Amino acid sequence: MENNLPNRERLKIKRQPMPEQDPIIRAANFNEVNLGFSKEAALQEALRCLQCPKPTCIEGCPVNIKIPEFINLIVKEDFAGAVAKIKEDNSLPAVCGRVCPQEEQCEAKCILDKRFEAVSIGRLERFVADWERESGQFQVPEKAPETGRKIAIIGSGPSGLACATDLAIMGHDVTVFEALHEFGGVLVYGIPEFRLPKHILKVEIDNLKNLGVKFVKNFIAGRIATLNELFTEGFEAIFVGVGAGLPWFMNIPGENLNGVYSANEFLTRVNLMRAYDFPNWDTPIQIGKNVAVIGGGNTAMDAVRTAKRLGAKRAMIFYRRSEAEMPARIEEVHHAKEEGVEFHTLVSPIRYEGDENGWVKKAVSVRMELGEPDASGRRRPVLIPDSEFEMEIDQVVVAIGNGSNPIIGQTTPDLTLNSWGNIVVEESSGKTSKRGVFAGGDIVTGGATVILAMGAGRKAAKAIQKYLENNEW
Amino acid sequence: MPLNKIVKTELLGPEVKLFEITAPRIAKKRKAGQFIILRVDDHGERIPLTIADADAEKGTITVIVQGLGATSKRFLQKEAGDIVWDLAGPLGKPTHIEKRGLVIAVSGGVGTAVAMPIAAASKKAGNTVYSIIGARTKELVILEKEMTERTDKIFITTDDGSYGRKGLVTDQLKSLLDDGIIPDELVAIGPLPMMRAVSELTRSYNIPTVVSLNSIMIDGTGMCGGCRATVDGKTVFVCVDGPEFDGHKVDFAELGRRQKAYLEQEKQSMEAFSHQCRLEVKAKKLKIETA
Ligand SMILES: Cc1cc2nc3c(=O)[nH]c(=O)nc-3n(C[C@H](O)[C@H](O)[C@H](O)COP(=O)(O)OP(=O)(O)OC[C@H]3O[C@@H](n4cnc5c(N)ncnc54)[C@H](O)[C@@H]3O)c2cc1C
Ligand code: FES
Repeated sequence: MENNLPNRERLKIKRQPMPEQDPIIRAANFNEVNLGFSKEAALQEALRCLQCPKPTCIEGCPVNIKIPEFINLIVKEDFAGAVAKIKEDNSLPAVCGRVCPQEEQCEAKCILDKRFEAVSIGRLERFVADWERESGQFQVPEKAPETGRKIAIIGSGPSGLACATDLAIMGHDVTVFEALHEFGGVLVYGIPEFRLPKHILKVEIDNLKNLGVKFVKNFIAGRIATLNELFTEGFEAIFVGVGAGLPWFMNIPGENLNGVYSANEFLTRVNLMRAYDFPNWDTPIQIGKNVAVIGGGNTAMDAVRTAKRLGAKRAMIFYRRSEAEMPARIEEVHHAKEEGVEFHTLVSPIRYEGDENGWVKKAVSVRMELGEPDASGRRRPVLIPDSEFEMEIDQVVVAIGNGSNPIIGQTTPDLTLNSWGNIVVEESSGKTSKRGVFAGGDIVTGGATVILAMGAGRKAAKAIQKYLENNEW
Repeated sequence: MPLNKIVKTELLGPEVKLFEITAPRIAKKRKAGQFIILRVDDHGERIPLTIADADAEKGTITVIVQGLGATSKRFLQKEAGDIVWDLAGPLGKPTHIEKRGLVIAVSGGVGTAVAMPIAAASKKAGNTVYSIIGARTKELVILEKEMTERTDKIFITTDDGSYGRKGLVTDQLKSLLDDGIIPDELVAIGPLPMMRAVSELTRSYNIPTVVSLNSIMIDGTGMCGGCRATVDGKTVFVCVDGPEFDGHKVDFAELGRRQKAYLEQEKQSMEAFSHQCRLEVKAKKLKIETA
């Protein structure tokens, strides 16, 4: 392919559309919505990159992937080289290419974004990662000679997996301990199949096993073994990546009625426990007809689109600000709309009412308007007086965020937590208040993103290496 | 020995079975009042079960299962030598045990399996422990021998009078209270209506009353909130804040409704399960016939 195409020609190439399942069909199945670029589309899209001498996209990426370099390798049809380039900075490109909010990160910083459309960096990342998986041409990273030093990783979400990968490559004896019966954290129990097929994750985990990482499931660290006990068993350093936990509720009347779920419960039943295939799988889920999902983040979008797929007639988002303030990825909002999800913005429920058997049947809400910006910089929703209204619903999914996972904190008294229960760490290294213990991901930051969790895991891996070398805290 | 291997089973009553399973780490760590979450097979749901007993040396734990839904009935078909797919624990806060004086443990149905380790630990801590076991009928009275060995005095009631005193556990408790036998603490574990009735009774006597709540759970680590209940007007997550709470403060009516959330689906699973069983029987017959 032509590599020294003048910019003028590059600018003429249109941003390549992502092939998708038809909205009407996909709203009734759990298969992946985005089908991925063809090779031709990827090559066209890659040509759009101007190969800026001072690329700003890299700054926009939380882990600073060398974006122009990997795109240039795509242009040269060296897909293996392109994946290898990405993997220098990101261990899970097939995942991040699908779920990162690129429009706020790398693509927002793309020079083309202002006058034209940004290069589809995320889709290109996904393309090469998929190419690697589908062609089976995985490059097994070169491993340093075995050091025999044991490291424990608590939690198998993106932070733990990333940390494990790097430490295994450094030659250490790494064990990942996971509380649930499948590995992947939110990637397996939270993010639905239609956005992130489980087999992709499975391949990533198999690769890690091939690298020599040991995986132990059903291991609730803190309860079955405290961190001190793990040290006694010979682990020299521990990385804690236990993620967010404890879903928040609004504490309004009626939230414990039947038919009211946290998003975590709703999504876990469907994803981890396969309730969509009940009774072939044992775990049931209530099939709502009129479903209100409270919140405007990715979790809310995943829940509402799941409700639609399970058969809801009306799948609705209730969000207390306007669409512009929604934290969800634009693509998810767009997909949800195409699938027929209703958006009720500037609406906040104040109570739920139930029938005589304790099932939710009505949401009473108030309308809001936007006031002054708050601490987050987003305009604060302000109640409109006398705006109460009712809506018939038979299911509610509360998706307003999570607190922190309590078990490690409860069972490790010398670990410093902040007032929200998040583990306090030294930014640059992930070092906690407890010698030999590192932490990263949502348990440190509160609910954030896959790429930030992954980045934190890698940072900690570097710091662990240093700690093993100099034994300094 | 492989993890999660069933080493022993014992039928304690109709549809009530004891399983001793290898789980060395849990056996070593668990304390009275804690539970595990288990998946019987690949498609199984995650079911919480209280650890009734454990043998740290042998590396085994004991759970007692009542065949209610399709999952638990499938579990009952397992025998020694079988493996359970997943087993995680110990979960929940351990029972707070201290020397108080007289402790009465009231239990109904498989609740006796939960009450037993608590009664035993209370006894060990220097308390005098009485046990009241209730059941619908004689063959549903479980763990009588074990409970007798671990406590100072045991009372049995059956609804139909086929064994022990005829009546409910609350009738027996009322008699004791009337006789001036007022415990310093009471532990009530069993079906919700029973725990509720016992808590109502002890409220007027101001007897501190602990109940163990069995809400529907998934992860058991505080991640899903499916297990929530209202205690003292506040929402709690039973798996991490409990499972034991002050019986005088629990909203039993709400918990009762929440426990029934999946009744319809359970019927469906049961139908699928019986269908499967019928097919298996047919297949067996066919095999015999063709052989
Ligand atoms: C529904 C949903 C959709 C999302 N969508 C996006 C998106 O599109 N893009 C994006 O970038 N981010 C998204 N996020 C956020 C993202 O998934 C998280 O920020 C990220 O997964 C955090 O990674 P982590 O490694 O910190 O923890 P997690 O992924 O939460 O993993 C933690 C793991 O630790 C385990 N664990 C907990 N306690 C223990 C213990 N005591 N012992 C052993 N193991 C334990 C847990 O079971 C879990 O498997 C979404 C989140 C949700 C819930
Ligand atoms: S079972 Fe999920 S939070 Fe308790």
